[in-house]
Amino acid sequence: MANVPADLRYTKDHEWAKPEGERYRVGITAYAQEQLGDVVFVELPKVGAKVTAKQSFGVVESVKAVSDLFAPLSGEIVEVNGELPGAPQVVNQDPYGQGWMIAIAPSKADEWKELLTAAQYEQFLTEGH
Amino acid sequence: MQRYLANTPAEQRAMLDTIGAPSIEALLARIPAKARLPRALDLPAAAAELELIREMRALAAANADVNGYACFLGGGSYDHFVPGVINHMILRGEFFTAYTPYQPEASQGTLRTIYEYQTMMAELTGMDVANASIYDGASSLAEAALMAAAVTGRSDVVLAAGVNPLYRRVTQTYCDGPRIKLRTVAAPDGTIDLDAARKLVDGTKTAALVIQTPNFYGCLEDIAAAAEIAHAAGALLVVAADPVNLGVLEAPGRLGADIVVGEGQGIGVPMSFGGPSLGVFAAKKALVRRMPGRLVGATVDLDGQRGFVLTLQTREQHIRRAKATSNICTNVALCALMATIYVATMGTQGLIEVGEQSAAKARYAADRLTSIPGVSLRFPAPFFKEFALKLPVSPDRVVGKLLKQRILAGVPLKRFDRALGDCLLVAVTEKRTRAEIDAFADALRKAVA
Amino acid sequence: MAHKAAPAYDKLVFELSSPGRQGYALPANDVPGAADGVPAKYRRTIPAALPEVSEFDVVRHYSRLSRMNYGVDTHFYPLGSCTMKYNPKLNEDMARLPGFIALHPLAPDAASQGALTLMYELGRMLSEIAGMDAVSLQPAAGAQGELAGVLMIRAYHASRGEKRTKVLIPDSAHGTNPASTALAGYEVIEVKSTRDGEVEIDDLARHLDETVAAFMITVPNTLGNFEPRIIEITNLCHSKGVQVYMDGANLNAILGIARPGDLGFDVCHFNLHKTFTTPHGGGGPGAGPVGIKAHLEPFLPTPVVVKNGEVYALDWKRPKSIGKLQAFWGNFGMLVRAYTYIRTMGPDGLRAVSDNAVLNANYVMKRLEQDYDLAAPGPCMHECVVSARRQKKHGVTAMDIAKRLLDLGFYAPSTYFPLIVEEALMIEPTETESKQTLDAFCDAMIQIAREAERAPDLVHEAPVTTPVRRLDQTKAAREPDLKWTG
Repeated sequence: MANVPADLRYTKDHEWAKPEGERYRVGITAYAQEQLGDVVFVELPKVGAKVTAKQSFGVVESVKAVSDLFAPLSGEIVEVNGELPGAPQVVNQDPYGQGWMIAIAPSKADEWKELLTAAQYEQFLTEGH
Repeated sequence: MQRYLANTPAEQRAMLDTIGAPSIEALLARIPAKARLPRALDLPAAAAELELIREMRALAAANADVNGYACFLGGGSYDHFVPGVINHMILRGEFFTAYTPYQPEASQGTLRTIYEYQTMMAELTGMDVANASIYDGASSLAEAALMAAAVTGRSDVVLAAGVNPLYRRVTQTYCDGPRIKLRTVAAPDGTIDLDAARKLVDGTKTAALVIQTPNFYGCLEDIAAAAEIAHAAGALLVVAADPVNLGVLEAPGRLGADIVVGEGQGIGVPMSFGGPSLGVFAAKKALVRRMPGRLVGATVDLDGQRGFVLTLQTREQHIRRAKATSNICTNVALCALMATIYVATMGTQGLIEVGEQSAAKARYAADRLTSIPGVSLRFPAPFFKEFALKLPVSPDRVVGKLLKQRILAGVPLKRFDRALGDCLLVAVTEKRTRAEIDAFADALRKAVA
Repeated sequence: MAHKAAPAYDKLVFELSSPGRQGYALPANDVPGAADGVPAKYRRTIPAALPEVSEFDVVRHYSRLSRMNYGVDTHFYPLGSCTMKYNPKLNEDMARLPGFIALHPLAPDAASQGALTLMYELGRMLSEIAGMDAVSLQPAAGAQGELAGVLMIRAYHASRGEKRTKVLIPDSAHGTNPASTALAGYEVIEVKSTRDGEVEIDDLARHLDETVAAFMITVPNTLGNFEPRIIEITNLCHSKGVQVYMDGANLNAILGIARPGDLGFDVCHFNLHKTFTTPHGGGGPGAGPVGIKAHLEPFLPTPVVVKNGEVYALDWKRPKSIGKLQAFWGNFGMLVRAYTYIRTMGPDGLRAVSDNAVLNANYVMKRLEQDYDLAAPGPCMHECVVSARRQKKHGVTAMDIAKRLLDLGFYAPSTYFPLIVEEALMIEPTETESKQTLDAFCDAMIQIAREAERAPDLVHEAPVTTPVRRLDQTKAAREPDLKWTG
């Protein structure tokens, strides 16, 4: 079973979100990167862009697959991981740490509660998604 | 038995026995009766090899090919010399009868030649990357317009009137679905009106400014000036260029082009009544993930040995489907191989010589032809190997008369631009001899007298 | 004594270059006056860095590179959906007749009557083969044929004042179908297939409404089966004003047996490089003529080859045309080859092509059914799809099987397509392969199935006999190296 840290929340599209003060850090889960295989490219929005929950904010690619990245929360992009274009492999190596993708300043704080808890996401994975 | 079929009736019987079917007809049982064609196809009966050769020779003989005629036709297809070695090499079945190199370990020959081709095209155009080929120059230009719109998020493309009208027509077809608006900048003196371009290129709407050089009329465009206008508006500069000229003419990439496209027929591909030809497509490195078509990259195998693969495939239709950068699948790999062998054979010096001779002979021809009373150059701008002549009589009539003297005199421009109804577009390559040019001038002198 | 193979050839033509070496000879310039007509501001400042090699360097280099390829001439090439049949040598001779290969596209009509005759007649022959009313020869390949066909459908609806915005495509379709349709400005809606790859008619019916412009489908489908309810499907579409497009990639299965036009299709494209033996050339060129019913004729790409009395001409006056797809008239060299082929085969020969293609595919399917899972029950048409899901339990994937086949002297089937079949291996033997070749291939496939159980490492290691072993695709994509830099 893939690693699912207890302190994060998740989407059914396999993104995670982590509260850090006024903002949330976002990435893809260990399960997602395993399914994709070796990540070769990540396309992220610019700082200042607005994102909407459940809408695509970027793309992650392996050699033979492409996945849209879906925002867990609505808000403004306040930081992007500038290391990823030059070192996409960190998404595979450390998906919850150095492989983070964006940080969002949320505009709808309630959306956090709608995200899956670690237990719910693990349940979702065991159901075979 | 038909000579391209393998199995004898006895073998067919043995195979049916293995399958457990009484007949081939039984294997077609899923096709409902009302879907079946109840008769034989109404086609000519099979022809034996010798019969067909006779028939095809007769058809071919009804055409005026450049072996029997002195060809001054251009307009996007040119009678450049093709060294004989190319045909011998491309006919090797391992190249000729392979397909897209999906299994790289068994396709290193094709992959290496494409990598060589990409390198040559990048070098000639002065760009960072070139793809493995698009169908032809026109569809390459259309793809460039789509790519520029995708890169910039803008919806207008501004084309110089000097861009080959056939290319403009193809670009219009491709831009119809995505609702990209095409606007045209006039070329009253044969080259783009830069002031008009500056007004038309819009800082919020224009995705790209597109020029061709030498353009359809043969005139040389100022790439750097066009680049300045495009870039000041945040648009890309797309340049259509013929690689066979780029031994002599400056690489568009060094003058500010963001995308360079072109028709590569002149570098080793026979004219073949217009196709197949070779769409060249090259771009700046930053744009590579928006490029259409296949790309070959170098990598290593399990033992660390150099090898080549199709790469960045997530752009393509077989993976990204409706969101692909282009719908292209089959390209013109064999024509790219012809170009690769051409460039390898000609080398740096050979391409310079082809360009210099074409330009010098075009100059000589223009001087000879415009010494005829009533015949003049239509445009004052400098030209390279092709020029528009203004004639005192109908260009169609001239073409008809000279055809009888085994001269393909040029392309009447009436079909492309009614305002140029009195003009003939004349192209001169390194293949033309002084004697042919002089004969052309003599014949034209009589035809317009 | 251990025998070590010679190291594989590993040169690029740039690495053979020696300054001053020359591979060409042009006549000396015989006109007076230097090339001073080209002003300095347009001239290249740094000479292009290109190879400097002799003609013999070129011959040996490209001969050696060619030997690093598998092609139909040298290897069985069962690449599904690509119809890798024998490419007759006669076609090549005919395409190289000077009157064809050295003909300029803008030669006056009077100077190209032979070429125009050939195009006109080929259009008529393809119309007869597909049961269509007219054919455009202009599209350069199947994907461009799709674009042309969908644009004609769009123009047709527009001419009737109808605003339809969607095109339905099965989930089993070739990737070009959604890509071409999206390029034509339509929203692509995926409809479900049954497990056997057939259209789920109820799901299709649910989607059919006044917003749908077309339904696009491959016949036989991508699992190699004929759609038994196809006429019902095209009727259902027409009852809702929906045009029906047939992807003709698999036409090799039904020559003289069934015709797209008779099945109710409004449009279909042909892949001359599949069914009609024009060579695949390492990825192209192809040719993708598109056939249509009469109601779409006004929208054909320009120009159209017409016959006025005994004279052939290019007709440009087509005000409702969708426009042009390539600068000139089509991939004429490929048209000559296809014409030669059709004339060689005749009606009976073409029918025998499909009969034998179907027989060969069913034979392969039967011989493999003990050792591989079939994607759908037989009989199939011209190709069959097997799944390596049984082998995957031993850790051997469809890709591993493909690589092992290379070691055993065969090119690989298409893998991982159609997308609806797990671990798919799509095998299209074509009619030009003999029973002996098919037996050797099936023996190899069965051997690999056994190896997957008993010696999976052998399969994982493959290929070991090819010029290179498995290549690092991840490195290639992460650090793109797309040109030689010395």
